[in-house]
Amino acid sequence: MAYAAGVDVGSTQTKAIIIDEDAKIVGRALIDTGANVVQAAEHAYANAIAEGNIDDEEVEYVVGTGYGRFRVTFGNSQVTEISCHGRGAVHLFPNTRTVVDMGGQDTKAISVTANGEISDFCMNDKCAAGTGRFLGAASAALDIPLDELGPVSLQSTRPIKISTTCTVFAESEVLAWIGKGKKIEDILWGVHQSIASRSVGLMRRVGLDEEITFTGGVSRNQGMVKALEDRLGTRLNISDDCHYMGALGAAMFALDQVLAGRQPTIGTGATT
Amino acid sequence: MSTLEDGSQLVGRGNKEGAALFRDWFAELNETARTGGQAAYVFVMGSTNEILKTFDLPVVFPEINSLQTAVRRVAHEYLEEAEDYGYSPDICGYVKADVAVQLRGGEHPMGNLPRPTISVLTNACNTYIKWAEIWERMYGTPMFTIDVPGTRQAGKQTWAGNSDFEADRNYVEVQLRELITLCEEITGKTFDIDKFREVLGHANTMTRGWSRMLELNAARPSVFNALTDGTIYLGVANGFRGTAEGAAYFDRLVEEMEYKAANGIGQTAEEKYRLLFVGVPCYPIFRRFNELFTEWGGTFVNSTYLWFASGGTNRGFEYDLDNPLASLAEGMLVSVRDSMDSMFFQDDVLEQMITDHHADGVIYHPIKSCRTVSTGLADGRRSLTEKTGTPSLFIESDMMDRRVVSEAQMKNRIDAFFEGLVSRRQLAETGQND
Repeated sequence: MAYAAGVDVGSTQTKAIIIDEDAKIVGRALIDTGANVVQAAEHAYANAIAEGNIDDEEVEYVVGTGYGRFRVTFGNSQVTEISCHGRGAVHLFPNTRTVVDMGGQDTKAISVTANGEISDFCMNDKCAAGTGRFLGAASAALDIPLDELGPVSLQSTRPIKISTTCTVFAESEVLAWIGKGKKIEDILWGVHQSIASRSVGLMRRVGLDEEITFTGGVSRNQGMVKALEDRLGTRLNISDDCHYMGALGAAMFALDQVLAGRQPTIGTGATT
Repeated sequence: MSTLEDGSQLVGRGNKEGAALFRDWFAELNETARTGGQAAYVFVMGSTNEILKTFDLPVVFPEINSLQTAVRRVAHEYLEEAEDYGYSPDICGYVKADVAVQLRGGEHPMGNLPRPTISVLTNACNTYIKWAEIWERMYGTPMFTIDVPGTRQAGKQTWAGNSDFEADRNYVEVQLRELITLCEEITGKTFDIDKFREVLGHANTMTRGWSRMLELNAARPSVFNALTDGTIYLGVANGFRGTAEGAAYFDRLVEEMEYKAANGIGQTAEEKYRLLFVGVPCYPIFRRFNELFTEWGGTFVNSTYLWFASGGTNRGFEYDLDNPLASLAEGMLVSVRDSMDSMFFQDDVLEQMITDHHADGVIYHPIKSCRTVSTGLADGRRSLTEKTGTPSLFIESDMMDRRVVSEAQMKNRIDAFFEGLVSRRQLAETGQND
């Protein structure tokens, strides 16, 4: 059996996915990226291999993606996470036409065709407003673990309007609302709504066609799912593997090479 | 010459000669500064170089001086100096770099610059007016603002012969006559109509050359890089407009490009994707920015920059030497409003460029420093996409300020854009896009 792998080195976490010739996921891994990007890629890949209980030799092609894609030293080629999230989303949810990927440092809106081709994309520029980092700031200010932010926010009854879009200033605004005696769940719901507002703005710029698939680490946050669905007025495609979508898309590109048995066709133009 | 052996020495000549002319120009300015001579400060959209050259006034283009600080990687020093003086980080980087040059007594990476004896500007950019007011307050420099009507009319402009147009032309001509009077007062010289005709003749030669250059870049492969080479040609087109050197330069440049087109000599080893550029270049990483595209086989074959920063020369308007002043007024009216249209109504012309220059993609580059050229680009892009379906990329950075230029972010977007182009071409070749 031949296998293909995708390794997504993100700003916060590194993900790896191994798929078989039928594009079935046989191994996955997720670790914090940390300061040593090369090592993070190696560890995530090794963990995914171990979970799949397969031999490293059987993995015929590896595609690196994410900001650290060129640090996946054992990779055969590199593809941007923009293409990978689009490809992965269409693989998991074939009717996907818009992807919103919310990660640690950026949020992307991606418009895709039925065959996974990227027709347009848009990202936050220059700052981390509207990204997972915004939740990180709220988490720090309120001393609540990231995993609990969503559930707590869903208990809100009188949401606060968060006016700042700056991730740095968000922390001080959150503290100011606490000082005014506002409930934590109401503040948190306001934070989620603020991020959702900016993300939907990005989606509108690429054209908001259904179905919409939510990917990236923040897609695990139920509060963010609800905030986006409320604002969009539609349900989002979500799966446990949405966090791994970049790695999955990378693995799909790798599988193309395995099946075609030829040299890489995408990602070969920029390898430095 | 028609064979490679005969003309290989032509290849690259325009870039070398352009650089030499630039050095000559700044040497003249340096000498003017040293001797305390007179100089006119002007802008690329409506420079009135034709009148100023008639009075032998050396011209200073602060926009070009400022971008030179970025290309030479020292812009941040100038920007920070102006900001320390009190200018906001959010205003035009060109203005701030120039303010710092003035605060340094004219010190510039290419030599010392003379103080302005007069500044001439149009309403093509609001910042021009505020900018000239700075010199007015610093030095008491007279500023002459030419109000060019008829812009922002969304393709409904009138042309020569129409009564509205003739009224506008007269309005501009009267202002030009006032400028001539002011120049006579400042220089102590009498306006020489014969010399003026000679200057206009040189400008006509340059205009024909400019138009031909743009036309020749439709060749496959394209003969010059509209972003990098084009910026050199733009500098000469502005600084030497109306001069014999400028006219000769463009004659020789056209000869080089004709040769390259005839012999299939392109700008890179392999041209895979032909691109159009919309906006102002990213000067803080000027060469690297271009490489991010050429690494994928992407080449820039035309741009809106070669349009509005040439002061509308691309329009191809030639002066009537029998009726010089009215003709200059008409040329200014047509070219300045055309420059403005490149920012506000560029989608129609881009659609034509895509066809004429066989473009595979369009790169939009809005910049923090200049809302004038950046506002409306997102709408323009949407309009162009709806009309043509041509793939496009929208990347934001700046023309001057490296603090808002993130090469890693830029590369990510550019790589993703090319991945899409590669995929699209593969699907088209296999018929899967049908």
